[in-house]
Order: sequence, then C-alpha cells, then structure tokens
Amino acid sequence: MVPDHQVMSEDEVKTLLARYSITFEQLPKIYHDDAAVKQINGKVGDVIQIVRQSQTAGIAEAYRLVIRRPKK
Amino acid sequence: MFTDTMRGRIEGAQLPDGTKLPSLTKQQLLKALGDKDVSDAQFEQIMTGVLAEFKATRIQPLEAVGVIAAQSIGEPGTQMTMRTFHYAGVAEINVTLGLPRLIEIMDARKEPSTPTMTIHLSPEFSNDRDKARMVSWQIEAAPLHEFGDITTDMENMQVIVAVNEAVLTKRKISMDMIAETAQKKIRERRHYRDFEAEVDGKAHVITFVPKDQQKYQNLFQLAEHVRNVIVQGIDDIERVVVRKEGGEYILYTEGSNLKDVFEVAGVDTTRTRTNNISEIAQVLGIEAARNAIMAEALSTLGEQGIKVDVRHIMLVADMMCMDGEVKQIGRHGIAGEKESVLSRAAFEVTVNHLLDAAVANEVDELNGVTENVIVGQPIQLGTGDVKLIAKPRT
Repeated sequence: MVPDHQVMSEDEVKTLLARYSITFEQLPKIYHDDAAVKQINGKVGDVIQIVRQSQTAGIAEAYRLVIRRPKK
Repeated sequence: MFTDTMRGRIEGAQLPDGTKLPSLTKQQLLKALGDKDVSDAQFEQIMTGVLAEFKATRIQPLEAVGVIAAQSIGEPGTQMTMRTFHYAGVAEINVTLGLPRLIEIMDARKEPSTPTMTIHLSPEFSNDRDKARMVSWQIEAAPLHEFGDITTDMENMQVIVAVNEAVLTKRKISMDMIAETAQKKIRERRHYRDFEAEVDGKAHVITFVPKDQQKYQNLFQLAEHVRNVIVQGIDDIERVVVRKEGGEYILYTEGSNLKDVFEVAGVDTTRTRTNNISEIAQVLGIEAARNAIMAEALSTLGEQGIKVDVRHIMLVADMMCMDGEVKQIGRHGIAGEKESVLSRAAFEVTVNHLLDAAVANEVDELNGVTENVIVGQPIQLGTGDVKLIAKPRT
C-alpha cells in the first residue's frame, strides 16, 4: 500500500523545477513526521520522489516537499 | 520479425514535446508485438497510431478537470441514493456501503461509522484453520468474564474470578498473564485505582478487594470493571471472523487498530488493510492514505455496479492529500481554504465569509473561475485564458 519514497538530490530537484517551470512552494507537501518520510530520514526542505503504481500509466512519479507539521 | 531496434523504439517513444509513453502502454505494446511477425512498415504504422492515440488521450491545457470529475462522481452518486441507504454484510460483519460510505470518504471522517479490517496472514499461518484462529485470539478483544465465572462476594466485600483452565489452554495464555493485564488495564485504561488484587495460581482464582470497605457502591463498581476488562487481544477490535477465501484463511474484524494489529505475530503487514483512512495516514503515511482513498472510493462505487474512471477519483484523492494530511472536500477542507473570498462565499455559509473578509480587510484578486462568474467577467478556462501578447520586433 505504501509506494516507494526516495529523497532527491539538489540537482534532481533543480531539473524537476525547471521541467515544470514551478517554484519550490508549488510542489505538493508531505509532513516531516509522516511515516514514510521518517523511514527514509527525510528532512524539512527535502523533496521526496514517489514512484506510484498507477492504474492508468503503470508507473507514475510524484514529488512532495517535506514541511513541518503545523501546530494545531 | 520483431527486432531489438523495434524494442528500442518502443522504449524511447515520445511525443514531439518530449513526453514519454506511459510504461503501461509500453508493456502492452511489447506484449502484443513481442511474439509476432511484424514488418518495418507495419511497425511504423503501429507506432504512429499509438502515439497519435496517446496524444489524443492527454488532457488539453485549461480543461476544467475538476468540474468534470465532480460531475462524473456526482451523477452516479444520485443513482446510489435510490438504491441503498443501508448496510450489507461481508462475512457476517456489517459494513456501511453505498452513498453514506462515499460521503464518509469524501468528508475525511476521523473514524468511519463501521470500522473494519481485512487481515491477511503470513504463509505459515494462512493455510491452517487452527493457526489462523490462534492469531485471531491475539487480536480479538476478550473481556475477563469470558475466561471464567465472576462472583461478587458481598459478605467479605470482594470480587472473585474463578478462571476456567480449559479456556486458558484453548486460548494459549497463562494465568499470570491474565492476572497481570487485568490489574494493569483496570488501573490504566479504566482509570479505577482503589482496589487490590490477590492471585492464587494453583486454584486459578483472582480475588479483587476494593480499598474502601465501607460502601457497597465501590464493590459493584469494581465488579463491573473486573467483568469487562480486556485481558487478551486488542481493545478496539470487538469481533474477529475467520473465513477461507481463495485457498487461504483471512480475518475480518469489527473495529480497527492498524498499529497494534501490525505488531501481532503472523499478520502479513503488506496486504492487511483497514477502512479507516485517517488511521492509514497516521500509521503508513499520506501516500498510503491517497491509495486507500482511491481503493475505498472505487470499491464503494464498483460494489453498486457503477463504473467511474479512476482518473476522476485520482484527482479527488490527490486534492485531498495535497498538503500532507487528509483534508475533506467540504467547507472545512479544500473548499474552505480557497484564496478567494467570493469563491468561498459562493460555496457555503456566505454571510460569515463575507463578514470575516470585511473585518480582515481581505482583497479578492479575481484569479479563479467562481469569482469571475460572480462579477461577470470571462473565466480563465479553455479559450477564456488566451490573451493576445505582442512580441516586439527585434
């Protein structure tokens, strides 16, 4: 049920942002205490690459920016 | 002949804008052509056709995908209302289905009205009914009164539990374990501390004595706690049903607690699922929750014989999980967090939003669709967003 998560290198992030011509903040988010992020030791500010099993495309890549969970 | 060059062509196939063919399409192509005799000309024709088809399937820029998704899920939803507003049983366990369940998923409720789990077992447990039963005893919450007779001795102010040895051997649990968990759970889970307990291991008797010997009320309170304290299994899981399906034993539960079930020996953590989405988000993370939303929504619709394209549900699930936690669709979630005041006011509780916006001196930039419809401007969708840009001659 949990797809593969991977921390991206700075260069990879740069090419990613350039490819979609977006800024950092426009990426979808993931919290720093998310179970999958803790597993791969992701830090706040990292971009996580997620390789999903997709019913339409077979394999689909998604990206999320690690942010701190806001306090309630 | 299907050559390696062709294989390479399929792998590297892309549209003029550099978009690669989806891996599923590549696999299907390789599978369909792999053992066939194709000439170069035929292959060329196939590839052109596939690429043209792929291009046609892609969504156009500025297409209102959200509206289409909303209608594609909403219309079948009206069909559902008429047919179900009740429950249907899976393995003697009642599960909310149909529209109520769909609303529950979209509202991102903290707990579904009928939490349930489907627990798969690891291979060494899944083939044997007795072994599957053994795992189920580790999971199903068993109160103390299932282990023997409980009598309230009013004369000596004590509660006596005569534990049945046969039940102990059947459930594979020791007398000490029961006595220990019973005392611990009454103190910690039920927050009742004014008692003392004495265990007679040989006679299989546990005696509970309230500290305050003056009032009978204390004795009866204690008796109630002793009777209902969960001594084996997981507190939230009220019932477990073992069923054989597809050659292996599967456990269905009433009640859900993913974290504790994962710690039970013999549970296959990769295939075990729950219908409590917020629990999945907590234990397995937001990506697993996204998958769960999709699976639950699809199965709820599919169960009614309604076919909705996954892409619509994918969009909804993506929106719900965008910000790192599961958000509901309604005014406390996605619709309520929109930038524009007018857009929020158009949805629900109009006056409150307008009042708050006025107090906070909010500005509406009129960037979205709803706002522009309200003020009577062309909306920025489809051709509405195309603007004339003059390029200075250099």
